[in-house]
Amino acid sequence: MSVLAADSVNLLAALRAVLAAKGIAGPEEIAGQIRSTDEASPAQGARMVAKAWTDPAFRALMLEDGTRAAESLGIPMRGLPPLGVLEDRPEAHHLVVCTLCSCYPRAVLGYPPFWYKSASYRARAVRDPRGLLLEWGTVLPAGVKLTVVDSTADYRWMVLPLRPAATAGWSEAKLAAIVREGDMIGVTIPLAS
Amino acid sequence: MHDLGGVSKFMCVAVDTEPHALTGFDKEVDAIRQILGAKQVMSVDELRRAIEAIPEADYHRLSYYQRWLRAITDTLLRKGVLTEAELRVALPADAP
Amino acid sequence: MSLAPGTKVRVKDDWPEIRGPCHIRTPHYVRGECGTLVRHLGDFANPEDLAFARPAPLRPLYHVRFDQPGIWGEGAAGDALLVEVFGHWLEVVTP
Repeated sequence: MSVLAADSVNLLAALRAVLAAKGIAGPEEIAGQIRSTDEASPAQGARMVAKAWTDPAFRALMLEDGTRAAESLGIPMRGLPPLGVLEDRPEAHHLVVCTLCSCYPRAVLGYPPFWYKSASYRARAVRDPRGLLLEWGTVLPAGVKLTVVDSTADYRWMVLPLRPAATAGWSEAKLAAIVREGDMIGVTIPLAS
Repeated sequence: MHDLGGVSKFMCVAVDTEPHALTGFDKEVDAIRQILGAKQVMSVDELRRAIEAIPEADYHRLSYYQRWLRAITDTLLRKGVLTEAELRVALPADAP
Repeated sequence: MSLAPGTKVRVKDDWPEIRGPCHIRTPHYVRGECGTLVRHLGDFANPEDLAFARPAPLRPLYHVRFDQPGIWGEGAAGDALLVEVFGHWLEVVTP
């Protein structure tokens, strides 16, 4: 029987031991990688969205080059795939999926959520996107066209959603607090609450 | 099997929108993948290709990061970065 | 040389997975379909080679827009799919 059929927990232990013995990846290095990965979270993307809502120059930069916009806020992007930003407009909504695997803008949103990696999300997003949005209770207003972005190759995509109408005068920090993970993938729409 | 856009058998399957926290196992596998990529031991495309090569029955039985672990190990074995014998010696004693 | 935005393109109706081991980033549902080129996203190492640790030449990557209900025969008029497709998968549609 192939060693690949071993119990996963045991196989991981064996792999870690061999990688450490060969000097490829030691326990401290793995722990450090986990720590730096854990620092990326939807709060990073939310900061970018809130700044774009309040600062037209940043908004222009973010739409032109998401990677540089993220770096300008101190978000580490070196060695990561380029970040593209999809601008929602009153008549145009975007939804991001990766039908081939689970490509996700991890630098600005963190680990992909369970639903994003699920077979049903990946299958339905491109074929029945409006039905899929109902899973989140999201109904697009009449007249809004939907563009589904299949993240198939070398870019990673996030959505710059519309700023809710009832947020006039809000600070950047208060705006960032209402932006959720799903708002930046397009399954939900930011709410002023 | 991995190319899931519009695949009919999933069209009526509800999406589990609840949060699922990652386990220590998940994060370790994820971190190892990143380190192997950064050190150019194996690319993300090699990972994807190896995931796509998992037989369908196993694919649906394994969790997301179990698939990654299997694909990483399979790729490293195939490239000769490590050997089956080295892994067997390193398997915890209580493993079958 | 890269293709200009607005160019009408067809994705090759090619199925290399039938011929043997391969790794392709062109989803099945756009193969053989026509769309409109939106933007050249840059040049990237060909994943079809990277997956096998072969030398991978740079290939142009494009964002291509497709009519969503046109592909599936269902959906809302005006909805679209935007997909990253490598240049070697595209043919220019001559009017």
